[in-house]
Amino acid sequence: MKNEKKIKCVVWDLDGTVWKGVLMYGDALVPKHGIREVLEELDRRGILQSVASKNDHDEAFAKLKEFGFDEFFLYPRINWNSKATSIREIADALNIGVDTFAFVDDSKSEREEVSFHLPEVLVIDAARYLEIPDMDRLKPVFVTEDAVNRRTMYRDEIIRRKAETGFTGSSEAFLRSLSMELKIAPVSEQDLQRVEELTLRTSQMNATGYTYSYEELRALINSGNHIFLVAELSDRFGSYGKIGLVLLEKTDDSYIIKLLIMSCRVMSKGIGSTLLVFLIKKAAANRKKLLAEFLETDRNRAMYITYKFMGFSETERDGDRALLMYSSDAEREFPDYIKVLSE
Amino acid sequence: MREKIKKFLAQNKNTDGLADEDDLFEKGFVDSLFALQLIMFLEREFKTHIPNELIKEDNFRSVDAIVGTVTSLQGQG
Repeated sequence: MKNEKKIKCVVWDLDGTVWKGVLMYGDALVPKHGIREVLEELDRRGILQSVASKNDHDEAFAKLKEFGFDEFFLYPRINWNSKATSIREIADALNIGVDTFAFVDDSKSEREEVSFHLPEVLVIDAARYLEIPDMDRLKPVFVTEDAVNRRTMYRDEIIRRKAETGFTGSSEAFLRSLSMELKIAPVSEQDLQRVEELTLRTSQMNATGYTYSYEELRALINSGNHIFLVAELSDRFGSYGKIGLVLLEKTDDSYIIKLLIMSCRVMSKGIGSTLLVFLIKKAAANRKKLLAEFLETDRNRAMYITYKFMGFSETERDGDRALLMYSSDAEREFPDYIKVLSE
Repeated sequence: MREKIKKFLAQNKNTDGLADEDDLFEKGFVDSLFALQLIMFLEREFKTHIPNELIKEDNFRSVDAIVGTVTSLQGQG
C-alpha cells in the first residue's frame, strides 16, 4: 500500500541543500534563496525539522547559528554516520515513526541510500525545495494552536530529558519532581481541530484507531449519549498542550470507552493510567460498569498492557478486536506524582 | 535472572526493604506505567514474548511471581 501518511518531520541535508556551497571545501556559504520561508512555513504547520549532514558538528552548527536556522532543528545529526542511521536516531529521539519522515538531499547517492534502508521515508530531491510546502503529504489537515507550538513543546522536552539525565534518583522520583498537572474537561468547539489531529496523528497510544470526521466529532460534543473529554498536561517546564482524548458511550448500565488516545509525547508519564483511574472513579460514582473497546494493532500494545494492569480483563474477543471490562474491586487512586483537575 | 530483575526494580523504584515475596501492587509499588516498562524490560532482557493472556497483575505481583512467569515462558523454548 502506498504511504499517504502526513509528514511529521522533515530531515534536511546542509551542503547544497540548505545552503549553497560545501563547508569542508571552505566555500563561502549562502542560504538558498527562499529556504528560510520554507523552514518557517513548515514550522508554522507544526511539522518538526531536523538535520542529517556529514560534516564537522561544531563548524556546521556554527553556520546554522550564523544564519539563524539553528532554532528550527531538533536533535540535529551532524556526523559521519550513514544518513539512514541518523534518521532512525532522530525518529527514536522524537518518538515518531519513520513512515512519517521526509528527507531532503541534493545528493542522489544519499537519497538512494536512505530509500534502500528506509523505504518508508519520503525522499525529496533538494532541487525541489521550494515545492515542499505545496506537497500534499506536507499539508496538515488543520494547523492548530498545538501545532504552532509543537517545536517549543519538543524543546521543553529536550530540557526535561537533560534534567532527567542529571537526576540522581529513581525514575519515579523524577516524575514526582516534575509537578505535573492534568486538566480534564469536556471537549469544546474550539478543541475540535486539535481533537481531530489527535485521532489522525496518534497510533501508539490509541486503543481503537477509530476516526471520526470533523462533523461527527462536532455532533459528539452535544450528544446526550456520549461523554467526550480532552486532557491537557503541564509541568514545571511548560505545557504539553492537549494530549489526551476520551470518548465514552453511555448505556443504561455502563460506560463504554470508544476512544482513548494519548499523544506519544507523554508516553511514560503515566497519563494513560491516570485517565483510566479517572474513568473508573467516574463509573463507580454513577454506578455504571466500565467497558472498553480495543482494536489490537502492531503498535498499540502499550495501551493493552495499561488496561490489563489497571484491572481490566477481556470479556469478548474476535480476532484483533476485544471488549475489555473493568473487573476489579481494588481501590484505584491517581498516581501521587500527578495532580488531576476536572470540571 | 532474579538479580537482573531486582536491579531493574531498584533503578526505577525505591526498593529498600522489599522482599522477593512482597506484593508489589499492594505496596503501591507498581502502577500500570511501571508495569509497561517492566514488560518491555523483561521481553528485551530475556528475549521472550509475553502473550496477552499472561498480562495481568497476578503474574507480576512479586519478584517471585515475575521470575515464575518468565521461567515458564523460557521453559517452552
